[in-house]
Amino acid sequence: MGDVPLGSTLAAPSDEPISQPPSAYDIAVDRLFRNLAFGLAWGAVLVVVLVVGEIGQKALPAIHEYGTQFLTQTVWDPNRKSFGILPQIWGTLYTSILGLTVGTVFGVAIAIFLSEGFLASAVDAVLRATGQADRPFFSQLPVRVEGVLQTTVELLAAIPSVVYGLWGIFVVIPLVRPWADWFHTHLGWLPWFSTALSGPGILPASLVLAIMVLPTISAISRDALVAVPPRLREAALGLGATRWEAIIAVIVPAAATGIWGSVILGFGRALGETVALAMLAGNANVISWSVFSPCSTLAALLANNFPEAGPIEVGALMYAALILLAITLLVNMVGAAILRRADAGLKGLQ
Amino acid sequence: MIGIVGRASRFSAALGCVFAGVLAGSAVLWAGPASAADSITLQGAGATFPAPLYQRWFSDYNKLHPEVQVNYQALGSGAGIKQFMGGLVDFGASDAAMTDEDIAQVKTGVVLLPMTAGSVVLAYNLPGLSGDLKLSREAYTGMFLGTIKSWKDPKIAASNPGLQLPDTPITVVTRSDGSGTTFVFTNHLSAISEAWKSGPGAGTTINWPAGVSGKGNAGVTALIKQTPGSIGYVEYGYAKQTNMPMVTLENKSGKYIKADLASGQAALAGVEMPPNLRAWVPDPPGADAYPIVTYTWLLCSKQYSKPEVSKTLKAVIDYGLTEGQKVSNELGYIPLPAEVVTKVTAAAAQIQP
Repeated sequence: MGDVPLGSTLAAPSDEPISQPPSAYDIAVDRLFRNLAFGLAWGAVLVVVLVVGEIGQKALPAIHEYGTQFLTQTVWDPNRKSFGILPQIWGTLYTSILGLTVGTVFGVAIAIFLSEGFLASAVDAVLRATGQADRPFFSQLPVRVEGVLQTTVELLAAIPSVVYGLWGIFVVIPLVRPWADWFHTHLGWLPWFSTALSGPGILPASLVLAIMVLPTISAISRDALVAVPPRLREAALGLGATRWEAIIAVIVPAAATGIWGSVILGFGRALGETVALAMLAGNANVISWSVFSPCSTLAALLANNFPEAGPIEVGALMYAALILLAITLLVNMVGAAILRRADAGLKGLQ
Repeated sequence: MIGIVGRASRFSAALGCVFAGVLAGSAVLWAGPASAADSITLQGAGATFPAPLYQRWFSDYNKLHPEVQVNYQALGSGAGIKQFMGGLVDFGASDAAMTDEDIAQVKTGVVLLPMTAGSVVLAYNLPGLSGDLKLSREAYTGMFLGTIKSWKDPKIAASNPGLQLPDTPITVVTRSDGSGTTFVFTNHLSAISEAWKSGPGAGTTINWPAGVSGKGNAGVTALIKQTPGSIGYVEYGYAKQTNMPMVTLENKSGKYIKADLASGQAALAGVEMPPNLRAWVPDPPGADAYPIVTYTWLLCSKQYSKPEVSKTLKAVIDYGLTEGQKVSNELGYIPLPAEVVTKVTAAAAQIQP
């Protein structure tokens, strides 16, 4: 420590040592904070345990009564005390996976578009063509336009799901109806188009879900793409790759962990989405491969039936809630496992 | 992943602002009733079917008596009964009245007061159809059972000579959430059709054999409006407000009757109100009676612990039975017959102290 820091005075050497042991007060505050953080962290875990415990306890009579039949029966009829949720499990997974697939394609595309400077260079080209590029006033414009687009996509997350539901009924369904009719008439022999679209159904529900998961997927994927080390891109370009080859073969695989993470988060959102699906899925106890068929989901079943449910039905609903929790947990665990593997495979790149 | 954290904190900051706004907003909302010195607030919850009418009554009453505030939450009949039995509200409301078992569980005793009545109609969407659609009992039961699948079905054509019905499939639209409207409609279907009674049956939630379901009257209405070839049941007031075409239905005596004030009153006129005030009209007999009509009830305790609650509640009920009946037609409800009003007024006197 021979260097003298700049700006410090050489005169007035003090007897006080520069470093001091922490005072009793510091230690107390430190300890308090540590215990508080510890307590709160465990508090969050406790809340989860309490919720699961409460649901499990209320579901217990139904679990005893219906057992595993509950998962394989296809009728939900409170009047006959007959409860089964196979159609709901089917509908939940079908709409989520279909919605997620569409959402991922568009979300990752948006992320690439925003992270690779496509928009900025387009704006730049326009500025150059109009001869405004050198004006300081416009110097920040390309970056700002990207920011505006990014914020707009993220704003999709702030729209209440009931608005998505209404929008789905009044815009999406009329929009897909002519296409659905065409596919059903001409390709009706395929199981995916085997029924006519009556209005609400798997396809409109999935399309709206896709838009709902879009902000999650695009925001996190974009962060992952931006975080890819620049030298990877430079190396790829230096080896003679075109821009697209670099993106598809190097940058996207390098960001795969983050993109996967976004997909898993989006899946969680899609599985639990309630109101929009209660409005768009058609709530019919149907198991069908056809994307035009109505379906029902677990979350929508819960939302629809809770207010009027009698004591036995409440038990059955709690059982259904438990199954939904289990599915969500399973998805997250599988997602985490995939993330770990992807991470391990990419270690050499970083 | 620093970017995510940055975004998350920005997001949570925005969320914080929204929360603060909501809190401030609700503080303003709550400040009103709380500030009045000797104000009284009644809490009620229950049926959505009469909710527009009740809310109108309570708001009108509040204008006349600013110190009285009645909060009515339209949660559904089942929820109304549950909350009332649990003592969470001062009064409940239900389209399905209350069963004897449920009544027996309420220690303070229960008074059931029919406050208004309404019709359930079948609304439909058939583009290009001019003229009234008439459906026989067999036809509309068949549609909801899923046995009649096309608008070209001879059973529909039989009651509609001269109407050009399209060759489109029928999409039946039902309520997905538990509902008093469903209860009334399926009670009617069970009364007129053995196949329905032994099949789907009557209740607030039904395992529907056909079609798609929407959430709430609004959900059903939206689906019908968006789906050519659809038919579904909604309450009359709702269909009237949203200008949906309504089916003319065959009644018990074989006549085809439109839903309106007169046919609704004719339906109620044919029913004697029993002493317990639980009158069911699953299939009214009158020649001009509209077939799907119901009373809807207010659930009150016989004994309240606070005298000011029972006094105010009685005053509000009295208002609903007198002045309130005058606005019911305007909102699509059927005013109670005069002799029913007399009986209900007498029954309301049981509310003590």
